[in-house]
Amino acid sequence: MARNGVVSRRRRTEGFDSSDLSKSDHAQQAHVLAVDDSLVDRIVIERLLKISCCKVTAVDSGSRALQFLGLDDEKSSVVDSLKVDLIITDYCMPGMSGYELMKKIKESSAFKEIPVVIMSSENVLSRIDRCLEEGAEDFIVKPVKLSDVKRIKNYMIREDRSSGEDRGTNSRKRPRDGCDSLSSSQSLNSPPPSLESKLFNRFYPTVLRPSPSKPPSPLFSLSPLPSSSPLPRSPSPTPSSSPCAPLDSPTRRVKLINSAHVMPS
Amino acid sequence: MDVVQLLRQYIDCKTTLFREGILDDQFTQLQKLADDSSPSFVVEVVSLFFDDSEKLLKNLTQALEQPVVDFKQVADHAHQFKGSSSSIGAQRVKNVCIAFRTYCIEENLDGCLKCLQQVKHEYALVKNKLENLLRLEQQIVAAGGSIPPVE
Repeated sequence: MARNGVVSRRRRTEGFDSSDLSKSDHAQQAHVLAVDDSLVDRIVIERLLKISCCKVTAVDSGSRALQFLGLDDEKSSVVDSLKVDLIITDYCMPGMSGYELMKKIKESSAFKEIPVVIMSSENVLSRIDRCLEEGAEDFIVKPVKLSDVKRIKNYMIREDRSSGEDRGTNSRKRPRDGCDSLSSSQSLNSPPPSLESKLFNRFYPTVLRPSPSKPPSPLFSLSPLPSSSPLPRSPSPTPSSSPCAPLDSPTRRVKLINSAHVMPS
Repeated sequence: MDVVQLLRQYIDCKTTLFREGILDDQFTQLQKLADDSSPSFVVEVVSLFFDDSEKLLKNLTQALEQPVVDFKQVADHAHQFKGSSSSIGAQRVKNVCIAFRTYCIEENLDGCLKCLQQVKHEYALVKNKLENLLRLEQQIVAAGGSIPPVE
């Protein structure tokens, strides 16, 4: 079973466990706030994150997440924003959705720099659009796998701190394994990848790239679709489709890319 | 029963589960998450799934028995069931839940009732087989054997 190369598991097989970690190791571990109303999903995501060497706080709702961060109406003492390196949230939750939670986080001066990843069991293009436009780093289609978690570790703030990079407003870190061709000439402190490039890479991870030393992985993960099913997979049951957008808007371009009628310049 | 026989039964059970599409790759993903520090991770998650599913099935049944059915409520329960079954790898349960939601959107009561029967059937099947599989695992370990590594 010890086939994957995640560090924590190798350490365990060498007789280490988490209590053997020194205080400084613990301090270096990224802390993830996971939000999901489903108990089964919380247990799974917690395990995935712990195996990937993260500390995890798992809560069952958007309002509890805000409470934890100190952003609720109670105006309880504000948790040090440095303590949370990434927030991963389910999209569909009763009460506050993951999207609404993310908006509140992005509106907060204390927490807007914390990267947010959205998970959803539904692969709905308009939903993905909306989340990315609102500032989500990534959108994972459930069920979440270990490879998804390994990838999102790249977005975590603590990664930046440990490598001593500038944590200014553009502190989003691009994935280590492969850059998208559209932003390959940009420095790490330049503006984050545009929405168009994020979505382009999602659907065409290897098209129109200069040949890299190794094939880049897509920025976003999708559970593999059944071969007979085209994208998008199913109509959204919730009224989340964006209205028909002007030709040069990100949403419109994604639709054109998806139908493979137009190659973006 | 000796370890070899138990192992043979275990392998047969597992092969059937995947060949018949009762479980999918997500279950394999979960098995990979168990290790020395969390050896019974799969048992824990599966138990939680069973508890959760019993509640959801009860809610679904009650919601569909109402004189005026709230299809949005039924759809929410079906959505939750779809989510948890997907996270466990219970593929056939998940697929019925997908159809279930479509009938809810169409407010097709007959369709919903048929799906309810079907999802109860598929759930009972996966529950039975998973309990069997996990029991065999425990018996193999208790008899001094070890479970074949996950591919």
